[in-house]
Amino acid sequence: GPLSEQRLMDVRLGHLPMWLAICDFSPQGLLGGVQKAWSSYYNKYINVKRGGPAGISMLLAGYCLLSYGWNYQHISKISFLVSM
Amino acid sequence: VLHSTRLLHTSQQCSAPVPPLPEKGGEVRHGLIPEEFFQFLYPKTGVTGPYMLGTGLLLYLLSKEIYVVNHETVASACILAVIIYAVKKFGSDVAAFADKLNEEKVASALAVKNEAIKDLETAIEQEKKEQWRAEGHSFLFDAKRNNVAMLLETNYRERLMTVYSEVKKRLDYQVAMQNLKRQKEQDHMIQWVEKSVVQSITPQQQKESIAKCILDLKALSRSAQAAA
Repeated sequence: GPLSEQRLMDVRLGHLPMWLAICDFSPQGLLGGVQKAWSSYYNKYINVKRGGPAGISMLLAGYCLLSYGWNYQHISKISFLVSM
Repeated sequence: VLHSTRLLHTSQQCSAPVPPLPEKGGEVRHGLIPEEFFQFLYPKTGVTGPYMLGTGLLLYLLSKEIYVVNHETVASACILAVIIYAVKKFGSDVAAFADKLNEEKVASALAVKNEAIKDLETAIEQEKKEQWRAEGHSFLFDAKRNNVAMLLETNYRERLMTVYSEVKKRLDYQVAMQNLKRQKEQDHMIQWVEKSVVQSITPQQQKESIAKCILDLKALSRSAQAAA
């Protein structure tokens, strides 16, 4: 099908730059992309009859990683003087 | 201007009936990594590939101090242990409770639907009964028509009877009048005749008649004497 309508996982590696060029980076486009991603995640892992801990645990793990990445600058400055 | 012939729903989407929710969510291994990742690496590295990748990544992060080991590591390890213990121990109970809540909701909705269906079915029954009753109306009207005809007949007969009796009364009166008149005429005539006869007997005629009677009587006595 047309390249602009394929999802990221379906794009072939050679077509990736072209796909990135076609992609819609306006605020509405980004918002739409975020909404699509969230709705696909929600419908796959949370909005089911018998879900498990996987749905929110992945969200929490992602949050942990993201916050670690944001605070890396602060964490990496280990003060040796405190332990002494 | 809204063209009334244009279809209102132009897209294929339709919200009713809502498709049912999938039974299970996407497969996730160890609660953190989706199964697709393992399937993605399986053709090239087999079963142990992702685990080797994970171990190598972990050692790299630790050795390069990209992941710093400090007090937070210990705290997070303890919290993770508690969370995993809680999930393993109480997970099934919580799941059963949530399932029970869902079941109750679905059961109440189903009960409402069944109630509505039952009410509509009783309404259908009553409708059919009413239709059957309406069919019987023709018999009712026939009976009523018969009643009315009978009333009319009785009324007519009564009036006929009244007419007959009235006419008979009048005719009887006329007959009685005629009889009375004739009788009166007869009586009057008899009286008049008697009176006139009595009047016509003058004293002269009376004497003559008495003498004649005496003569007749004498003659008779003579004949009787002669016979005897």
